[in-house]
Amino acid sequence: MIDFELSEGIQNTRNMVHMLAENMMRPSARQYDEGEHGDKPWDFINMMWEDAKRRNRARFEAQKGAKKEAKSDKPSENAVMFANVIEELSWGDCGLYLNMGGGLGVAAVEAVGTPEQKERFLKRFTEGEPKWGAMAITEANAGSDTAAITTTAVRDGDEWVLNGEKIFVTSGKAAVVDSEGFVVVWATLDRSAGRAGIKSFIVEHGTPGMTVTKLEKKLGIRASDTCTIVFEDCRIPFNNILGSPEVQKKDSTSGFKGAMATFDATRPMVAASALGIGRAAIDFVKEEFQNRGIQIRYGISPYRMTAVEREVQQMEANLQAARLLTWRACWMMDQRQRNNLEASMAKAKAGLAVTLVTQKAVELLGPLGYSRELLLEKWMRDGKINDLFEGTGQINMLIVARRVLDYTREQLK
Amino acid sequence: MVSFDLSDDQRMISETVKKFALNEMRAIYRDCDEKGTIPPEFVSKAWELFLIPNNIPEAYGGVGEPRSVVTSTIIAEELAYGDFSLAVCALAPATVVYPLIEFGTEEQKQKYLPMFCEEQFKAAAAALMEPRIDFDLPSMKTTAALKGSEYVINGEKCLVPLAADAQVILVYAQTDASAGAKGVQAFLVDKGTAGMELGEREKNMGIKALDTRKVTFKDCRVPKANRLGGDAGCDTAKLINYTYIGLAAMATGVSKAAFEYARDYAKEREAFGEPIASRQAIAFMLAEMAIEVDATRLLAWEAAWRLDKGLDCDREAYLAKQYAAEKVLMITDRAVQILGGHGYIREHPVELWLRNGRGFATFEGLVTA
Ligand SMILES: Cc1cc2nc3c(=O)[nH]c(=O)nc-3n(C[C@H](O)[C@H](O)[C@H](O)COP(=O)(O)OP(=O)(O)OC[C@H]3O[C@@H](n4cnc5c(N)ncnc54)[C@H](O)[C@@H]3O)c2cc1C
Repeated sequence: MIDFELSEGIQNTRNMVHMLAENMMRPSARQYDEGEHGDKPWDFINMMWEDAKRRNRARFEAQKGAKKEAKSDKPSENAVMFANVIEELSWGDCGLYLNMGGGLGVAAVEAVGTPEQKERFLKRFTEGEPKWGAMAITEANAGSDTAAITTTAVRDGDEWVLNGEKIFVTSGKAAVVDSEGFVVVWATLDRSAGRAGIKSFIVEHGTPGMTVTKLEKKLGIRASDTCTIVFEDCRIPFNNILGSPEVQKKDSTSGFKGAMATFDATRPMVAASALGIGRAAIDFVKEEFQNRGIQIRYGISPYRMTAVEREVQQMEANLQAARLLTWRACWMMDQRQRNNLEASMAKAKAGLAVTLVTQKAVELLGPLGYSRELLLEKWMRDGKINDLFEGTGQINMLIVARRVLDYTREQLK
Repeated sequence: MVSFDLSDDQRMISETVKKFALNEMRAIYRDCDEKGTIPPEFVSKAWELFLIPNNIPEAYGGVGEPRSVVTSTIIAEELAYGDFSLAVCALAPATVVYPLIEFGTEEQKQKYLPMFCEEQFKAAAAALMEPRIDFDLPSMKTTAALKGSEYVINGEKCLVPLAADAQVILVYAQTDASAGAKGVQAFLVDKGTAGMELGEREKNMGIKALDTRKVTFKDCRVPKANRLGGDAGCDTAKLINYTYIGLAAMATGVSKAAFEYARDYAKEREAFGEPIASRQAIAFMLAEMAIEVDATRLLAWEAAWRLDKGLDCDREAYLAKQYAAEKVLMITDRAVQILGGHGYIREHPVELWLRNGRGFATFEGLVTA
């Protein structure tokens, strides 16, 4: 039955997170934006960590249990829940949200790690101090074209030796310098094998040969560190490879596909973050208008409508459209349905929607929108990242196009 | 709990209607558009689907299936996917029947509902829009003044579908100018009522198969009892929300038709030695069209779901309609673009969809969900 009502559980959680976003994130959002690369927001991180540990414990246990009963196919509402939590946190502040413990590396290990790897790498997210698990795919000459990476992994006895340079690693410094975390690194075993030769490896904090060499200065999400990591004869145990160590035949891309499949899970979450920032902007614009006695009227003739009313209505509809596409992608995930097309639809739509919505909001509020005294200009800067990482808007359009045309990557480049 | 699953019933009806759209509507729609007529055989076949009597309570001769706005939305989309003019024609009686089911007095229901449960299609329509550029509900110029035991209606309506054949027209009129939108009420005006004059058939850019008229009311008197809902009246804003959702759903159907046609064409058509779909300029247009078809549908569903739940829906229904009107134009225009010069030729359907799609920004009250 078609239903748009969030379950009571999700509503309660959402309300709770909203309060937290309002009280713990909004007041310090500006400080950590201006203080790029300064102290970490430890109060916030520690508080979130306590809660994350508890939730991780419950989730890991449930996953173990589910495996035993072979019931991992059971529908849940985890993804819809997660999307709603992320929307609220990003409504609070996207930079702080991205700075919370955990990260994409954790999601990757959770998705494709062996039981032994999960035990070794995930347990730390249920205890002790805050930790991060970063994901390093991008290189200076390989962004959208992830298959072009040149970082190599060579087997030497019961070790892998990594060499190469990764850029733009979100929370990279947090994972390997500030905490006892790890980085999941994409590297190739055999460049001549193309995509089939690409594997991902878990590199522990403090591993000799891994160095953070640069922290990026960014347009937005400045509370979140983005760094370059260099691997120089960096040795890791053989068992730190995610998935099979075999390089399949040249025409096989199953290993690479497995890695790409984690995007189907993470893209709707990036979309959800976009929704939160977009909503922050719309809420703020409407509030400011209300304070000035400007009402947005629905259902009147365009002849009488002001340009401002039309703009706000378009912003609202655009964002709501993105939200419903996002919820659908999440719901499909919860139903264990393949959501590759829907995840990219949501990501493409939400990334663009937040960009347009926040830029328009700045315009609508004039000097107020442009001022660093308020957060609106920051939301515009923060929002833009959602149209860039986890596949740019274009890359997601490419995926949607291939899917609706039933084309391979050779047929549509 | 959030869900995007159709119920089994909804899936069944959506498949049935889609089949009807492809077999019965796509076979004749071009001819209907060129000739400006809709064959009575088509109207009968559509009526046999029982879409409207299905929701009329058994007491008045219907099937008594409870109304679901979401289901109506699904049906409206599939019919408009077949053809918009034909869809409006097939569903026109709903613009009278559904308001009657929800707000009609017992007497009104007994008088009007049974005729829409008969085997033969009976035309009926709503008269909402007025022929001026600044039409909206708060500025409604058609008036209904209570004089003794009668309402006297004065004003001019346009784009009234099937007006010439309609057994009854539901006329929206202002009862209290100082109340704005809240003063607008609906009146059941029977065919042939003195003071109701039908204009010439309108000549529109699109929906050419559909007979639409201006209808003028000059001291047109109807019994007091013909006010929808009697003395209690009706919730006009809610009725308008149904029409917004109906239009949003139909815009989705037109968009889907245009998207699919352009997609298939782009895979067939070659230029510079490759299918045009293998170029990003074309493929990205198609990707955006696909996304927006789904987005308009979801907004319509959400608004419909709100109405089914009894939640306030003024903002959502209006935004769903506005969004759909904007996107159907974008999508049908791109479909023409993807076909290039061929898209401009009336041998392909896309120019027709562009003409029909352009109307959604203008249309009000033509259909209801
Ligand atoms: C703040 C931040 C955090 C990040 N975090 C991480 C992280 O944690 N881990 C990680 O691995 N990476 C991360 N990235 C990298 C990010 O995913 C890439 O920047 C992104 O994928 C784009 O790659 P690129 O910058 O090399 O752009 P390019 O690939 O060079 O693209 C440039 C332009 O060309 C377009 N383009 C490229 N290919 C095509 C095509 N086939 N068709 C049409 N258009 C095309 C793109 O859309 C874009 O507009 C992060 C980036 C930023 C800015």
